[in-house]
Amino acid sequence: MELLSPAGSLPALKAAVDEGADAIYLGLKDDTNARHFAGLNFTDKTMAQGVNYAHDRNRRVHVAVNTFAHPDRSQAWFDAVKKTHDMGADVLIASNIAVLEYAATHYPELELHLSVQAAATNVAAINFFKQFGISRVVLPRVLSYQQVANLAQDTDIELEVFAFGSLCIMAEGRCYLSSYMTGESPNTVGACSPAKFVRWQETDQGLESRLNDVLIDRFAEGENAGYPTLCKGRFNVEGEVTHALEEPTSLNTLSLLPQLNNIGISALKIEGRQRSPAYTRQVTKTWRKAIDAMKSHPDSFQVQKEWDQCLSALSEGSQTTLGAYERTWQ
Amino acid sequence: MEFSMGNIQFYWDKDTTCDFYQRVADSSVDHVYLGESVCSKRRELRLEDWLEVGRELTKKGKSVVLSSLALLEAKSELATLKKVCLNGELKVEANDFGAVEILSEAKIPFIAGAALNIYNQHDLKVLLDRGMQRWVIPVELSKDWLMNVLTGCEELGIREQIETEVYGYGYLPLAYSARCFTARSEDRPKDQCGLCCIKYPEGRKIDSQEGLELFLMNGIQTMSGSIQNLINDLPSMAGLVDIVRMSPHSLEVFDWLDKFQQALLDNTRIPLQGYCNGYWHKIEGMKSI
Repeated sequence: MELLSPAGSLPALKAAVDEGADAIYLGLKDDTNARHFAGLNFTDKTMAQGVNYAHDRNRRVHVAVNTFAHPDRSQAWFDAVKKTHDMGADVLIASNIAVLEYAATHYPELELHLSVQAAATNVAAINFFKQFGISRVVLPRVLSYQQVANLAQDTDIELEVFAFGSLCIMAEGRCYLSSYMTGESPNTVGACSPAKFVRWQETDQGLESRLNDVLIDRFAEGENAGYPTLCKGRFNVEGEVTHALEEPTSLNTLSLLPQLNNIGISALKIEGRQRSPAYTRQVTKTWRKAIDAMKSHPDSFQVQKEWDQCLSALSEGSQTTLGAYERTWQ
Repeated sequence: MEFSMGNIQFYWDKDTTCDFYQRVADSSVDHVYLGESVCSKRRELRLEDWLEVGRELTKKGKSVVLSSLALLEAKSELATLKKVCLNGELKVEANDFGAVEILSEAKIPFIAGAALNIYNQHDLKVLLDRGMQRWVIPVELSKDWLMNVLTGCEELGIREQIETEVYGYGYLPLAYSARCFTARSEDRPKDQCGLCCIKYPEGRKIDSQEGLELFLMNGIQTMSGSIQNLINDLPSMAGLVDIVRMSPHSLEVFDWLDKFQQALLDNTRIPLQGYCNGYWHKIEGMKSI
C-alpha cells in the first residue's frame, strides 16, 4: 500500500520524500489543476528539480491535470499533459474526458490515474473510463467502507482512497456551490471558495467570515474560526442556526488502516497541496509510521495516541472524522 | 425552440405525482423527463409505474425520457440503474458515467444529463461516438461557454449532431453527497431516514444568518436557494439552445411554461424579482441581471 503525499511547493515535495512518502502528487502553476491558489504549485524549473529529487530516491511523481478543459483554450490542458510526460513524471491524474483521451492517444505509455474529480463511484463508471487505459481510480469521499470493499472486489483496476485531510462532503467534481456563490468552482477555475472572495470582519456580534459578501459564519470570542469553506458554515434552517451541511472537520482514517490494507487498496492519499511544507512533513511522517507498524504487525495494529494527536492538531477545527466511510456520518 | 419538463427532483407522494403528470399530458410541453435522479430510497413510484406514466404521455404525443440516478454508491443502486437503462421502452437520461457505460455497451442512444461533467467539444465528440443524442449543459456553464463549445464542435465537424438543452426555470441541482442533509436536519441517521424528505415537497431552505436564501436541501442533493429563471434570456439562446427545461417544484411551473412560450412569441421582458440567472451571464449563479 502506497503512501501518496501532497506537495504545493518544492520544499513540501522534499519534505514528503524525506519523511517516507512513496509518491508525491503536485500540480502546475495554472488552472489545469484543482488547487489553483496564488503562490502554490510548480513552475517548469521547480518541477524538474522535484522530479529529480524524487527519482534520485526512488519515489514517484504524480501530476494532477484534473480540472475540465475550457472549450476555447483546451490546448492549455493538452500542453499540461505534454509537460507531465516530457518532464519525466510517472503518473498523470486526470478527470476530464478530453484530457484523458488526449493522454491516451498521444502518450499511451504514460501511466494514467482517474482523478477523484471524475466522480467514479461505481464499477460501471470505472468501466466507462477504462477506454482511456486508466490503471487506477481515486475514489470520491462519498463511499462507505463496505462500498469501497465491494468495489475492490468487483474491479481489477487499482483503487486509491483518501486517508487524511480536508473533507469534501460532496461528490467531488459534481459540486457547484462555490460557483453559485462566487462564480468560480473547482471544475472551472480549480478552486473552491477562492481566497480572493474571503473577508473577515470584527463586529459587535463577533468575528464574521464572509465569502463574496455572504455571511458564512460568525464566531464568539474564543471560538475556533476556520476558513470559510462554504459548505462548512453555520446557516439558518427554519430558525435553527446550525452547520447545516458539515462542520469544520478533517478526514482521518488511521483506525481503518488494516481494513483498507486487507481489501487491497493500492494507495492512501493525503489531501492538502494548499497546506504548508510543515504540514506535509508531519502528516507524511505520521502516516509512514502507521503504515510501517501495520505492515510489521497486521494483527495487533493499534492507533498510537501520538499519531492521533499530531493529526488532530493539523486538522480543520482540530476535529477529525471517518466521514462517509462510517454509515453514521451519512 | 422546444420545451421540456424536467423530472421531479423532490420526493412527492404517488397521487401528487400522478396528478402532476395528468397536467403535463395536457400541457404544451414537447419533452418530458420522468423518474428518480436523487435518492434510490424514494419508491413511491417503481420503474413499472414510471413506464406506465411514460406510455400515457407518449400517447399524448410527448417525447418521453427516463432520468437515471446521479450518485450511485450501493451495488443495489447499480442493479436498479441497469434495469432503468435496459427498460426497452423509453429513452434514458444518463446522469452518471456508469449509465453511459451501460447504455453504450447495449448500443442504446442516450441523453447526457446535466450531472455529467461535459465541459468542451472534445467531451461531446467522445460521447457522440458512444451514442449521445442530446446533452443538457452543466448548470454552472454560461452562454459564452456554450458558444465556445459549439464553435469548437463546428471545428470538429460535429456541430450538426449536437442538440443542446438548458435549465431555463427551476431550482438548480448544485451538489450530491453521501450524507442526507434532510434526514440530518431532523436528527435522523440516513439508514433510518423514515423517508422524511416527503414532508418537504419543495425542499428545506438553508439561509444565511442574515436571512439570505442560499441553498435548498433535498435529501442528498443541495440545490440553489433561488429559482433560476431565464425567461428574459430566451432571445440570447437563439441558435445555441434547442430545448429549454422547466424543472418543477410546484404547479407554478405550468404558469411559467405558458409565460416562457408567450415570451418567445412576443419578445416581451417580464419583470422578475427573487429569481437568479447569473450562471447564464458568466457571474455568480445566485445573482440576477
